[in-house]
Parts: sequence; C-alpha cells; structure tokens
Amino acid sequence: MPKLTIDGREIEVEAGTTIIQAADQLGIEIPRFCYHERLAIAGNCRMCLVEVEKMPKPVASCAMPVGEGMVVKTNTPVIKKARQNVMEFLLVNHPLDCPICDQGGECDLQDQAMAYGSDRSRCQEGKRAVPDKDYGPLVQTWMTRCIQCTRCVRFISEIAGTPVLGGLGRGEHMEITRYVNSAISSELSGNLIDLCPVGALTNKPASYTYRSWELKKTESIDAMDALGASIRIDTRGNEVIRVLPRINEDVNEEWLSDRSRFAIDGLKRQRLDRPYVRRDGKLQPASWAEAFAAIAAKVKSAGSKIAAIAGDQADAEAMVALKDLVESLGSTSLDCRQDGAALDPKVRASYLFNSTAAGIEQADALLLIGTNPRKEAPVLNARIRKRWQKGGFKVARIGHKSDLTYKYEHLGDQASILKDIADGKHPFFEVLKAAAKPALIIGQGALSREDGAVLLGLARKLADATGMVVEGWNGFNVLQTAAARVGGLDLGFVPGAGGKDTAGIVAGAAKGEIEVVFLLGADEIDMSGLGKAFVVYQGSHGDAGAHRADVVLPGAAYTEKSATFVNLEGRAQQTRLAAFPPGEAKEDWRVVRALSEALGKPLPYDSLKSVRERLVKANPVFAAIGEVKAAAWGSFGTEGAVTDKALVSHIDNFYMTDPISRASKTMAECTAAFGGGCGCNHKKTGTHG
Amino acid sequence: MSFFDRTARAFLLTELVQGLALTLRYMFKPAVTINYPYEKGPLSPRFRGEHALRRYANGEERCIACKLCEAICPAQAITIEPEPRPDGSRRARRYDLDMTKCIYCGLCQEACPVDAIVEGPNFEYATETRAELMYNKAKLLANGDRWEAELAFRIAADAPYR
Repeated sequence: MPKLTIDGREIEVEAGTTIIQAADQLGIEIPRFCYHERLAIAGNCRMCLVEVEKMPKPVASCAMPVGEGMVVKTNTPVIKKARQNVMEFLLVNHPLDCPICDQGGECDLQDQAMAYGSDRSRCQEGKRAVPDKDYGPLVQTWMTRCIQCTRCVRFISEIAGTPVLGGLGRGEHMEITRYVNSAISSELSGNLIDLCPVGALTNKPASYTYRSWELKKTESIDAMDALGASIRIDTRGNEVIRVLPRINEDVNEEWLSDRSRFAIDGLKRQRLDRPYVRRDGKLQPASWAEAFAAIAAKVKSAGSKIAAIAGDQADAEAMVALKDLVESLGSTSLDCRQDGAALDPKVRASYLFNSTAAGIEQADALLLIGTNPRKEAPVLNARIRKRWQKGGFKVARIGHKSDLTYKYEHLGDQASILKDIADGKHPFFEVLKAAAKPALIIGQGALSREDGAVLLGLARKLADATGMVVEGWNGFNVLQTAAARVGGLDLGFVPGAGGKDTAGIVAGAAKGEIEVVFLLGADEIDMSGLGKAFVVYQGSHGDAGAHRADVVLPGAAYTEKSATFVNLEGRAQQTRLAAFPPGEAKEDWRVVRALSEALGKPLPYDSLKSVRERLVKANPVFAAIGEVKAAAWGSFGTEGAVTDKALVSHIDNFYMTDPISRASKTMAECTAAFGGGCGCNHKKTGTHG
Repeated sequence: MSFFDRTARAFLLTELVQGLALTLRYMFKPAVTINYPYEKGPLSPRFRGEHALRRYANGEERCIACKLCEAICPAQAITIEPEPRPDGSRRARRYDLDMTKCIYCGLCQEACPVDAIVEGPNFEYATETRAELMYNKAKLLANGDRWEAELAFRIAADAPYR
C-alpha cells in the first residue's frame, strides 16, 4: 500500500489507485471533465493536471497511478496557470449559448470556468460549428457544445454494452458521432444526458422547458420496474419535469432505465381526476359520495361474493388496506399476481432476487430462464454485464435468443432443457456445479406459464443440486418486473383459505360466482372475461381497467404519494410526494379507508403512521426501510410435466409496460423509433399499430 | 440709541421694503420650476422607468426566455414560460411582469444577456386599475417598439462606463 502526500496531507491507498482517486478520498477537489469513477480512464481533457515532485511537467492525475512517497501539489501557481490554459483551449470552440442551454446552471464547464478559468478571453477568431446528430427521441444533441470528453462513447460501449458511438477526425475536427445506420437503441441511453459534462447531450422531451435552479427536488423511489431504483423527481409547480437517478450502490449505482426516466409525461395524460359511475352504459362524472353509494349498494347485495386484484404499481399501504377491507367483508379472494405467475407466497426466498442486485457481481456462473433482463430490468442487466466484463463468468440462457449486451451460451428455448439441467443430464449442470457462486435468474415469462409452478420447482431443484444456496450465498433469483409484486406477496395479498387467485377470480366473475371485483390499478387481466361482475377500478390512469369499470375511483401515481414499495431483492423503500394528485384524486389507501366507512366496516387506521404500523404487523420487513434481510430457504414449486412451449420473456415492448408508459407520448415515439421489442410474444396490446 | 434706531426702522418700513426687493429681484431671474406636463426635466441615461422588451433590427424579438431576469428579480415580479418555437429557437411563450411588485432595482436589465428587458425612460404610465399594471409580453414588446430609438440611445450612451 503506497503512501503519498497530497497538499501536505498524507494518505495510504491501495496500489493501482490514481492520484485523482486518492485526492477524492481526502476530499481535495481536482477539476475534471473526462474522468468518471465508473468509466474507463481516457485522460483526454487535461483538466486534472497536478504537480508531482521530481516530475518535469504537470501530470494528468486521473491517469497517473500513485507511487510510494509521491508528493503531489494541487494548488500551486503552475497548476493554476495550467488549468486556466486548459480551460481557455476548451472554450476556444465552445459556443456562448449558456442562456439558452438546458445544462445552464448545472454545467460542469460553466462551474469550472468560474472556479478555475481566466476572467477574460483572448480569442478573436470564429468558433467551429458541428452539425447535430440524430440520437433518437430521447437525447437531443448540440454537437457544437461538445468538448470531446468521450464519456458518452465510453458509457455506451462499457456500461450499456451497445457500442454505437465513436469519435471521427482529429484535433479541432474531432466529432462524436453514431456509427452508420445504428440507432442509440440502448435502454440506458438517458444516462448519457447525466454523464455529459456540458450541454451537448440534453433531455429531448424536456427540451427548453425548465432551468435547473427553478426545480424542486424530491428524493424518491422508482416504481416503473421492480428494481426500485433511487430517483430524484424534479418538479416545477405541480408538474413533474424530469426524473434523475440518485446514487445508490446497492440498487442502481447511478444509472436509470429510459422508461423510468422518460415515461413521466404519461403522468399528465389520461389521468383519472374525479370519480366516475357507469349510468346507462356510460361512465359519467360523479361525486365521491355517489361513487361510494353505488359501490355500497352493490356490495350489500353481493355479500361475500367479492374479490380484489392488485396491479403492478399498487403501493403496500393501499394493498394492506384493501386486503383488510375485503377480508372484513368475508372474502379471501385476493391476488396481486395479475399475470398468474406461480410465485409461492409461503417461502419468501421463492420470489426474491436472493443474491441481491449488488451481489450478482460475485456470481461466477449464471443461468437465465425465460427472461430477458435487458428489457425487464436494464439497470440490473448492466450489473450482469459489469460482472461479465471482469471475466471468469459463464452465462447460459434458456429462452428467446436476443442481444443481452454480453456473450452467453444459448441452450435453446424449450422448458425441457431446464429439466435436463436440473436432472444433471445437461453439460451446463457441471458448469454450475463447479462454480463457487453459481446463480440462476428465472423470469416472469417462465413463471406465468401454465406449468410455471413446475418450472419454479425445477429451478429450486437445480439450485439445491448445484449448491447455489449455501451459507452467505443464495444464487436463486426471481426477476420480478412489477414494483408492487414483492410487497403484495410480503403482506399476504394472496388468496386465503378457500379464496380464488387471479384466474379463479376472472373465471368466477364470468360464471357469476364473483359479483364485485375491486381492481387496484390492475390493467393487465382479461377484462372481457369479467362477465357481468360489478367492477370497481381504483387507479391513476384511464387504461383497460377504467374502461371496463362500473365505478372509477381516482388514485395517485407513484410520484404523488408517500408510499412503500418492496423491490425485487425484498428491500422495502418509501417514495415521497413530489407533486399533488390531479383534481379530486387521493392517495390510494385513503380512498380505501373512506370506502370502508361507506361500506359500514371502517378500517382501524386513519393516519399514514397507523397504516404503516399495520404493515409492520403484517410483515416485519416493512419496518426495515432500505435494508435487505436474507430470506430463509425452503421447499417450493411442484413436480410434474413441462409443456414444450418455447420460453420467452413476457415483456414484448420495453417502452410500454404499464398505464403510465402507455399514456406517455415519449414512450410512443420510442416504440415507433426502436420497434416493439423482441417481437417474440406477438401479444396485441391495443397500441401495437 | 437702540430705541431711536428701532423706531425709525419701524416707521420707514425697511423690513417690508427688503422683502419686496427680494421678490422683485427674483422676478428678473430665470424660473427653476417647469411647466409639467408640457415641460420635462432632464433624465439620466441610467434612469430606471417602465420596462420594455426590445427587438433586433430585423424585427425578431430578443428575449430567449433564459429566465435569468426571473431568477435575479428580488421582488419576484417576473414570470416566464419558455418554449421551443417551430423553427427550433428558444423563445418565451409567456413573459409576465407585475409592475405592482417591481421595485425598479434594474437587476433584470443587468442580468439580461441579450439586452432584451430594459427599464426605459418612461415614468408616466399611471393606470386607473390595478389589472392594467400586470404587463404581459405583448405589452412589453409594444413598449419596446414605441421607445426603441430612445432605448438604443441610452444603451449606447452608457456603454463606455460598462
């Protein structure tokens, strides 16, 4: 461990650390543009120059490894001059359009020009101009502003794994551009905007609509996929302007998927802003009292022939309130698995991503079963790619063949292959067996089939047989895609004794055994199969559920309430209210609480605090916010025959998976530009064109 | 002696004559008052009066909705909504100025990178209703059109000191 001195302060760091990293550890600021701690070192901006004793010239601290006894100075007159000169070179060709630049106010170049630059320019010559490139509907390019730091090139080839950017030309004529005929079709392309230290790559949908200083920043949690990335919601007034990732090493590092970032314009469209009641076959605006009265009249005659299905973005508070309400009315027909996935609520380890998102980086062999992590959880896929890049990592996949941004062995798409591996008849069994930390990821595409429980059982058998579950390591992973799913299973939003599951509820409604169906934001079930049942839809958007509903109760989206979501690792996290729900819409658990009053079965809680106490009573995981506790291993899944239908991911179009993204104009543009995903399901979505 | 002096002055009305002489003297001096509103006093080129939004010589509005004036305004009198125009340029969809809030500090014109918002020489814009003092973009641009010659002269006159 070499010891060095920076500005008179001694520090001992690991060999191979660079000077800039050592200075960061000490809290000494060295300006930089091209250096980024998660990207490879380029050393081309020259802004991080420092003086090292016994070296003839200033050195780039980002690319200089530390040595024993090095004496580094970062604030000498020579360095001050050097920074001024580098800044002058960078500004030779940088346009003076800060007043109209969307990066203005949060621009590294602006800040560092103020802090380290000269106070005047000596350049009288004209500046160069570069034609803008088309980076698709998400990223706006202003190539004249580019300072050629190549962070975008490194991100797209290293982290995102879709190498489509590069530099052309030399010196002043260098341009960053796309490869011919390749679109920026990465699911992580929005991160280019965050990485760009200047305003060369900006947020296209939010272009020219905001200035960074006028936005109110709310730290929250994403609910567009099950990863539950940490986000910052920027609002102006009551409008969500943009969503940015927050650094959370355990979950999303500092990346965010494009759907989570750009689907927010869907929060302004198709919103349910007041209750509706169906009269004469048409949904007509009503007051809360009228809506509740209509439900109460129906529930009274239905007795216990009622059921509830929770959707993919329902929060835990609303689900526990609805569960208590439905149970107090004498029914146990509840389900939070609207795709019918064969997840076993009794064994917590059977529905969690047990290795944790950060833990997947320790795995050394991985089997993907009926999943496409690139579409289902792009940020998690970037983690798998990060692990793959380190080498010594064998990945195999059973399912549809597509580009996952890393190399894998495609074993085929038949479920019987999983049976072969689990029985030890397939060569990949030996690979898993020989690995120190083997892992598997089974997706909803496998679990929501008719033989999902069998596949789950096979996966468990494989995990047991290859030693995936040992002390300190659990490589059995279920890749959830719905933000609500783990929370729903944790609090027991599943059929109780004698209760029906989703398929049973739909079939029961068709037959008349279920007379009232509560849909808590559930839009993915077969609405035409609900027969004559009285449907109460509570949610934020006018999607499939609201069209079928007899009474619509307006709820709040994930940016508009303080709510609890449990991510796929089993980590309970809380969102914060960033904007108020539109019109008369209310937080979902409050609506359920008010409805319980109208039904004559008032729920015993009327503050957020007491609902959360109820949640903790349902499952102690809701008390440990932000933490993951290892789940106990058990026996789950069933034995039986597997059908020979091909295994596919259940996400066909990454850009449109839920009511918010289906209402989003930006996501519609992405679907048009990048196509509807893998095309392997051929599921008609209504927006398939 | 003093008694004699005082009595003589009183009977000879010297104080009255002195006073009238002063009045007479001023009758032949030039007047210091002006006949407002038919005559007006001089104004500095830096005088901060009614606001205006200026245009370029080709008629294009200068304001690019950068919101720096909105940010610096200590009275929070300015509200701007930017939008991309069909030709791709950034312009204000809305530029509202609440003249009842404005404290005429002139920071908006200091902040403006394109000399769009300026405080002009006009101080005669009293209105009968409060609502008339809520200026919008059209009103400010109309002000700019009306005062452009004067505004350009004032900026040129002040330029050597910047």
